[in-house]
Parts: sequence; structure tokens; C-alpha cells
Amino acid sequence: MDIKSYSAVELRDLILKKQVSVKEVVSLCLDRIDETEDKIDALLYIDREGALKKAEEMDKQGPDPDKLLYGIPVVIKDVLTTKGMPSTCASKMLKNFIPFYDAEVVRRIKEHGGIILAKSNMDEFAMGSSTENSAFKITKNPWDLERVPGGSSGGSAASTAACQSPISIGTDTGGSIRQPAAFCGVVGLKPTYGRVSRFGLIAYGSSLDQAGPICRSVKDAALVLSVIAGKDKKDSTSSPRPVEDYLAKMKEFKNLQGITIGLPEEDWKEGLDPDIEKRSQDFFKLLKSLGANLVPISLPHTKYAIATYYIIVMAEASSNLARYDGVRYGYRAKDANELIDMYVKTRSEGFGPEVQRRIILGTYVLSAGYYDAYYRKAAQVRRLIREDFLNSFDKCDLILTPVSPIVPFKIGEKVEDPLQMYLSDIFTTPLNLSGLPGMSMPIGIGDEVKVPVGIQFIAPPFREDLIFGSCNVIEQEIGKLPEPFGL
Amino acid sequence: MKISKEQVKNIAYLARLELDEQSVELFSKQLSQILEYMEKLSEIDTKDISPLYSPIDHSTPYREDQVHQEYKREEVLQNAPEEDGEHYIVPKVVS
Repeated sequence: MDIKSYSAVELRDLILKKQVSVKEVVSLCLDRIDETEDKIDALLYIDREGALKKAEEMDKQGPDPDKLLYGIPVVIKDVLTTKGMPSTCASKMLKNFIPFYDAEVVRRIKEHGGIILAKSNMDEFAMGSSTENSAFKITKNPWDLERVPGGSSGGSAASTAACQSPISIGTDTGGSIRQPAAFCGVVGLKPTYGRVSRFGLIAYGSSLDQAGPICRSVKDAALVLSVIAGKDKKDSTSSPRPVEDYLAKMKEFKNLQGITIGLPEEDWKEGLDPDIEKRSQDFFKLLKSLGANLVPISLPHTKYAIATYYIIVMAEASSNLARYDGVRYGYRAKDANELIDMYVKTRSEGFGPEVQRRIILGTYVLSAGYYDAYYRKAAQVRRLIREDFLNSFDKCDLILTPVSPIVPFKIGEKVEDPLQMYLSDIFTTPLNLSGLPGMSMPIGIGDEVKVPVGIQFIAPPFREDLIFGSCNVIEQEIGKLPEPFGL
Repeated sequence: MKISKEQVKNIAYLARLELDEQSVELFSKQLSQILEYMEKLSEIDTKDISPLYSPIDHSTPYREDQVHQEYKREEVLQNAPEEDGEHYIVPKVVS
């Protein structure tokens, strides 16, 4: 069988019907890794033996229809802890860190019969938009090996696009699932803040971080969310709201009749890459032909989102990353003769430049005398940004924006200018600030640069069902992308 | 907002980081540029806006204060750079 053409939903069906064994599925994914990994460098750790052994055990026991991911190999971003398996955050600081517990997301995936196949590359501590900030390797875009896969979940997105496994897990603090998903031509969902437990998600911006699925179909994303969502007593910010049966609800959507989609005039006016502009215009027509009603809306504070986001995320990062002190885990510098000296050397040697830049800026905006002008001010604007969205949902069911104003750039092209890199997060960061769910899905291939173009659907809090239902209809209409051109 | 090289060094030290001269120079330039961009926020009047620190909308009550052991001492110590089976070992604190 050609593993590339199967979704997780389809593979699970075949496994339950005993038309394919779990071991075959795992072996085919490992073969696919062998075929593609040299080209894309998406993975930091591959658990060949562990995955095959688990598959054999599961085949011996026989399939369990109650387990939603039964026998499905999953790639996990290396920012999520995996028991007994390295979890490095692509940082020298955690190079040898082997956690003794699973992140709640990972625990749930295992509980539902998912098999942890590999850990994926990322920007160090999830800080970046290109996966070039990894301390270990640079992941390439499977569509064009000279270009970045996006970031920070670039390893997960590239891996899934290359069909190394049907699904992967990414995390999103300011767009780190949605932007790489768009760059690599796959589906990526950032759930509502609080929908998925952050326990074991190594913290970057705690009021912004969410883990979510990266898949090759909307259905698979819905399947994964129904496994990983829900209250966890180990994360007090996880929501007690019941989790919907997303796959069942999806069946209620036959077309987009009666669905109103808001187009923020600020986001669609200018400055978009011509390929993105063109594919999006085609897409608006498609939406109308499916019965959707498109209306203009206004999000007047979006233009402040980048400044607001970077103040808040750097402040939270400087505080969260204070824990790396060379005492309890992680890297420790040698030859320090007293404690402070050990802290300073450990942190200066263990963190890469982008991480240091953000810690220093975060420390600055939180310092006495600047706290009110920066951090408090940003938190106030954060409320205005959220209110813009909530008010807009009086006029529409979903909001549609680009994912990124730019197409995947060449590796090395933007590393010298951090501010330029930050500015490309304009359409994704407002959702993290507001806590809203958003999904990026591919809508075609560019004419100038032959890589996928994505688009972002945004829903009110906890209405992921609305995104899945609508996007599944759209996906049926658009059809599948071809196989990535770079492989 | 201009951030001088001296300021960069001081803030870095508050965060227990030490930069080489080249990085101090580069960071001073980059951080000034980034903070200048952030000045944008001063355009907005936020006088009566209460800050939003977290987007959650549910309450977070305390759970029962019950003692239970989730992890073993060996597990917790296994990633330590230096330990003696019971404690974390650090270089001397008072020089």
C-alpha cells in the first residue's frame, strides 16, 4: 500500500478491519522517513525500536475500536515531554534531557492507541518563524528544499507534508502551528486557549501557548483534537467545558449555506505577496459558490498586534526561562567556581542568540520603571484586540484572514533582521492574544513561487466544530494537493 | 528608545546572561529597533481599559490540599547535572 495517500481516519479503519497490521503501518512510515529525512531534516529523534515493539504488542492484542488513534504513528514536536525519550526544545540547554513523565497531550495520544514515532525539529524553545533557530539542524520545506518550512513547528509540518506519519503535533504561541502548516501545504489547528492541557508543554508564553494537530486532512485534525482536548487537573487553565464529538458534528455540514464569513478589511487591503493575493481571490469565489455569505468587518487594533504580542511573549519568556539554571536538569557549564558564575555561564552557553534576545527584552519590559509603559500597556491593548474579534462575531460566524503576508522565504534570507521576521506574524498573533481558535488550510499552489498557499479560519472561543465542519466541505471541493515538489 | 551597550550588559546580567562584545553591539542595535517599533502602542488611549493577562473565562478554584507522591526521588534527580542520590549539588554559594 502507498502510505502517502492514507489519512489517519482511513488507516485506523483499515487496522480495525484487520486489512493492515499496526506493524505494517509503522514500518511503512519508517521507510518513508528513510526516503525523505535526508532531504528535509525534520526530525530530532526517531524511536524505531520502541515504535515497532509497541506495534507488535498491539497486533498481538487485536484492535480496540474505542481507541480513536489505534495504531496511528504520531510525530511530536520536541517541546512536549515524552517519557524516556529526549525532549530537547531544539536547545543545547536540554540536549540530554530525558523526562520521566509524558505531556498530557502525549499521554492522551498513547491512551488512545497512538504510537510516538519521532520527535520533530523546531526553533529553539519555539522562538522563531522558520525553524532556522534550532540548535541542531535546519529543516527544509518539502516543496522547495531551498526554502524554510516555517516555524516554530517547522519539523512537524515538514514531516507531515512529507508523509513521514499521518499526523503530528505542534504548538502555537504566535502562529507556530498555522504558519508552518501553510508553508508546507498541510492543515494546522491552534485550539482555543484552555481547550488542550499545557502540562508537559515546555513553557514559553504561558498565557498564549497551545498544542494542536498538524495533519493532511481536516477530518484528521478533528479526530486528533477530540483525543487531546479536555480538562486536566494538572493544568488549571484547561477548560472544564465538555469536548464535542467533532467528527459527528462535521457530518451536519453539507455546504456553506447560511454561513457568514467576515473578511477584516485591514487584513486584506494591501501588502500581501501576489501569489497569496491571487489564490485568496480565487478562494473567495469558491466560498460564494458553496453558499457562504462574505461580509467586510473591521479589526481596528490588529495593527498593534505585533508590538503587543512581542512585549507580552518576551515578558513571559524571560520569566519562564529563568528555570534553566543548571541545577535540576539540563546543561551546566563547566569550570564555574561559585553559584552565580555557574548560572551566568550555563545560561550564556546553553541558550542560542534568539532566545537570549527575547529573554533580555522580556527582562527589560518587566523591569521597574518600564513595566507600566510596556507590559501593562500591552495587556490593555490585548483586551482591545480581543474585543475587536468578539464584537465582529456578532456580524459573522467565522473570520477569514491570510496566514502570513509572505510565501516561504529562502533559508538564511531573513536571519539578520529579527524585527522583519516578527512582522510576518501579523495575522496569527492576534488569535493567541485573544485566545481564539484558528486553523490554517491549503488552498492551492502559487504561480510565481511553486509552494502551497494557506488561509486562516478563525472561530469564536470553543467553536472548533464550526471550523472543522466548514473546512471539511471546502476541502472536499478543493481536493488534495499534489505530492511535495521537492521530494 | 535607544538601548546603550551599557544597558544591554546590565539587563543581560539581571537575566544571568553574559554577552561578548560583538553580541552587545548587535543586541544594542536590534533591541533599540524593536523597542522603537513597540512605541507604536503609545498612540492608543488605554486609560480606562483593564489589562488582560490571560484569555481564560473559567474560574480556577483551588483543589483539595491532599498530599500524594507522583514521582520518585530517583526520577526527579535523574536529569540533574550533579547529585548525590538525595540532593542537588551546586558550586559554593558564598565566595
